[in-house]
Amino acid sequence: MTIEWETVIGLEIHAQLATRSKIFSSSSTAYGAQPNSQANLVDLGYPGVLPVLNGEAVKMAVKFGLAVNCEIARRSVFARKNYFYPDLPKGYQISQFELPVVGRGEIHITLDDGSRKRVGITRAHLEEDAGKSLHEDFEGMSGIDLNRAGTPLLEIVSEPDMRSAAEAVAYMKGMHTLVRYLEICDGNMQEGSFRCDANVSVRPKGQQELGTRTEIKNLNSFRYVEKAINIEVERQIDVLESGGKVVQETRLYDSAKNETRTMRLKEEANDYRYFPDPDLLPLVISEEEIEAVRGTLPELPDQKRERFCSEYKLSDYDARVLTTSREMAAYFEAVVEASGGEPKVAANWVAGELSAALNQSGRDIGESKVSAAALAGLLKRIADHTISGKIAKEVFAAMWDGEGDADDIIEQRGLRQITDSAAIEKIIDEVIAANPGQLEQFRGGKDKLFGFFVGQVMKATQGKANPGQVNQLLKKKLA
Amino acid sequence: MHDKTIAELSRSLQSGDFSSVELTTHLLDRVESLGPQLNAFVTVTGELALEQAAKADQRRAAGDAGPLNGIPIVHKDLFCTDGVLTSCASRILDNFISPYDATVVGKLKQAGTVMLGKTNMDEFAMGSSNENSCFGPVKNPWDDTRVPGGSSGGSAAAVAARLLPGATGTDTGGSIRQPAALTGITGLKPTYGRVSRYGMVAFASSLDQAGTLTRSAEDAAMMLGAMAGFDPRDSTSAEKDVPDYRATLDDSLDGLRIGVPTEFFDDGLMPANKTAVEAAIHELEKLGAKISQIHLPNLGLSVPTYYVVAPAECSSNLSRFDGVRFGHRAEKYADLTDMYKKTRGQGFGAEVKRRIMIGTYVLSTGYYDAYYLKAQKVRQLIAADYAAAFKSVDLIAGPTTPTPAFELGAKTDDPITMYLNDIYTIGANLAGLPGMSVPCGFVDGLPVGLQIVGSHFSEARLLNVAHRYQQVTDWHTRAPEMAAGGTART
Repeated sequence: MTIEWETVIGLEIHAQLATRSKIFSSSSTAYGAQPNSQANLVDLGYPGVLPVLNGEAVKMAVKFGLAVNCEIARRSVFARKNYFYPDLPKGYQISQFELPVVGRGEIHITLDDGSRKRVGITRAHLEEDAGKSLHEDFEGMSGIDLNRAGTPLLEIVSEPDMRSAAEAVAYMKGMHTLVRYLEICDGNMQEGSFRCDANVSVRPKGQQELGTRTEIKNLNSFRYVEKAINIEVERQIDVLESGGKVVQETRLYDSAKNETRTMRLKEEANDYRYFPDPDLLPLVISEEEIEAVRGTLPELPDQKRERFCSEYKLSDYDARVLTTSREMAAYFEAVVEASGGEPKVAANWVAGELSAALNQSGRDIGESKVSAAALAGLLKRIADHTISGKIAKEVFAAMWDGEGDADDIIEQRGLRQITDSAAIEKIIDEVIAANPGQLEQFRGGKDKLFGFFVGQVMKATQGKANPGQVNQLLKKKLA
Repeated sequence: MHDKTIAELSRSLQSGDFSSVELTTHLLDRVESLGPQLNAFVTVTGELALEQAAKADQRRAAGDAGPLNGIPIVHKDLFCTDGVLTSCASRILDNFISPYDATVVGKLKQAGTVMLGKTNMDEFAMGSSNENSCFGPVKNPWDDTRVPGGSSGGSAAAVAARLLPGATGTDTGGSIRQPAALTGITGLKPTYGRVSRYGMVAFASSLDQAGTLTRSAEDAAMMLGAMAGFDPRDSTSAEKDVPDYRATLDDSLDGLRIGVPTEFFDDGLMPANKTAVEAAIHELEKLGAKISQIHLPNLGLSVPTYYVVAPAECSSNLSRFDGVRFGHRAEKYADLTDMYKKTRGQGFGAEVKRRIMIGTYVLSTGYYDAYYLKAQKVRQLIAADYAAAFKSVDLIAGPTTPTPAFELGAKTDDPITMYLNDIYTIGANLAGLPGMSVPCGFVDGLPVGLQIVGSHFSEARLLNVAHRYQQVTDWHTRAPEMAAGGTART
């Protein structure tokens, strides 16, 4: 008998908050500076220095909490997590333990098949990041870069609500979209601004009790999240099916070998000796402060998606694609407004041609070589039949290459659609005269050849003849 | 001029009796000749002091001199001083030149004071006898076979021996008041949060408070006025205006309600100390105060509570001394863990290690609730005792210590007895209250201190009471014999 296994996943997402300065010091949080050039005495943990909480980080945490309908703690407490490591300057990390700033809430995510799923949020808390140990370039020694030390993090802990790697990825993507909508995190995964630890376990389907879990640390891409979880699930099932037991431990994912391996066992885990940090007063947030932050909440991805469906009559799929980022949605709306045309056409162009060009060139929509106004100009020419949709793709490519706006390109390349009936009729006559055989067959009942004549006319006009007119006139001539 | 108080020196400097450079030179001579036998100093910053004194004289000539302009002082060696060794009397920091000034140091500099150096102390402020210093013990100026108290022992000895008119100290469990009592000077521990902790190397963050060691209450008022105030770099400092402490020094004590806790007069209090303290309280009564007996029922739990809370915080605060970024690092080590072990093993003294171990233990999983959490609850009970007392009295008076200065080495092998020396002072720290020790007599030629404790931010009242007491007594003017030594220029 084979057991059917069920996977249970919970994620701890670390989102680096987009504050200008660190969570407890005035140092810059900008990425990529010379090692240790953005570490002041507080970040270095010098004797006598004290932390002072950055109010912006608190506002961002509250903003997140409000966006996912979490309870905002009126009083939360910073605690010290004690352990020794060279890139942890004070010998403790300031975090929140028993009383986090953000309590229970939930997020609804969209799965690949378009269905929706609720994922519970257990809590989200503020903490400082550690520095980085650099093991290369220093023979027999390690270098320490403390630029990242003290960078504000929001750790978002989910309930174990996900049942597959794909669901975990969908959740992570949903969070990724959300934090960027809220402008509390730049979401840059290569730079480590958005990363997660995955808690994974399996149990026989139908069993209530959770299986023993392992924690896979520090996954910094959606692809790795999916691969690491899948390979870990496979490993756990193998262990269980061969009569073994899953050991509770922390594991690392090796992307090169596509395997997870033991980092440290539970017994080896540090006793962090958490206790309230006496250098910081309890964080008290008033109703007024919460309401002030609520006033800054933007339209959230779900709200925007629903509005796109109702206001622009878009399909759920289109609306979802267009609301993946705030910038994409804003671009789409700018195109609709400037073109004054069919939202569906604008949607197709933004999600289609434009997105393809962006992907191909590795650009963000903010760096698009064709502005929303320029794309609207192109769509207007389709709407007023100056060019056909097919020709428009050629014009778009030229616009992308910097040849000017739609009208310039249409003029320069002589792409204006032929709408003069007399001119079209003349070409039709020539086409008919040149294909007597096909004419005979058509007249003999082979209706399909109508398309052949349309094609020949379009070919003769390099696609510039108005297709509607061609159809109409051909029908008359061939009748 | 070394016999003068800060207030007297301030007047002399202003009237041009002598310059700050002359005063500084004279005191530097005394520090050089008398300092070594007390071992009161870690660093003497002679050159820097003379520079600062010259600048102070220039400011005065330019008509820009506040009351503390040109007054020489010293700082306990756990205040960070820009460009000067800040060792905390620990081997682990014996090469640490601070790159910045503590807020207290900066404010006193701003007020025009002249820093003559840094004083010896118990390592990281952990001790009650100043014997826990990597630079060796400080001696009591009244009897060099005895301790000056701790942990601000160097500051206390220097001020008592008339080497300096004033010094900074820190008080986590009595570390200003106890040495002030044992050396016959005036010690003030302000309300927690009154003075910034920024740049004060942390021992127990929720208890540490900077204060003053001077020869009079008036001088304490002058120094505190310059040191106190909100500091945006210390989240626990109070956003409260600083009153003019000198303005109310002469206020009447008529109707002042003083509570005397019966718990302070227990079996541990030496009878001769008791007599001296009772006489002092009677003196306050003569000045118009109404004396009543009060109870602080949980006070007996203050020492054990303190020895859970303080070590817990210190075990975490001292983690940064790991040999990675500053301070001592072991010369030879096999790997990272070995580096930590050897660096910290060599760098910390026995008492610091003991407290780190206690603190680590009480915060550990499985022990946290029974020790740390329980201690926090008891701490609240103790604070509530004081709060209840302050409903019926304005301040509390009693002894600062159970005995006068004890002999060097007498208690080093018995930490519990040593800890009990702070039994009367620790409560104020746990409750965050201001307290003072004022000289109130002698026992066998050794000074005895009267302690007064007030409600939060009642420093002005405490200073007023201490000052009025010092107007009718002369205990605070008595100098140890050795203070008469040194180069006699005045």
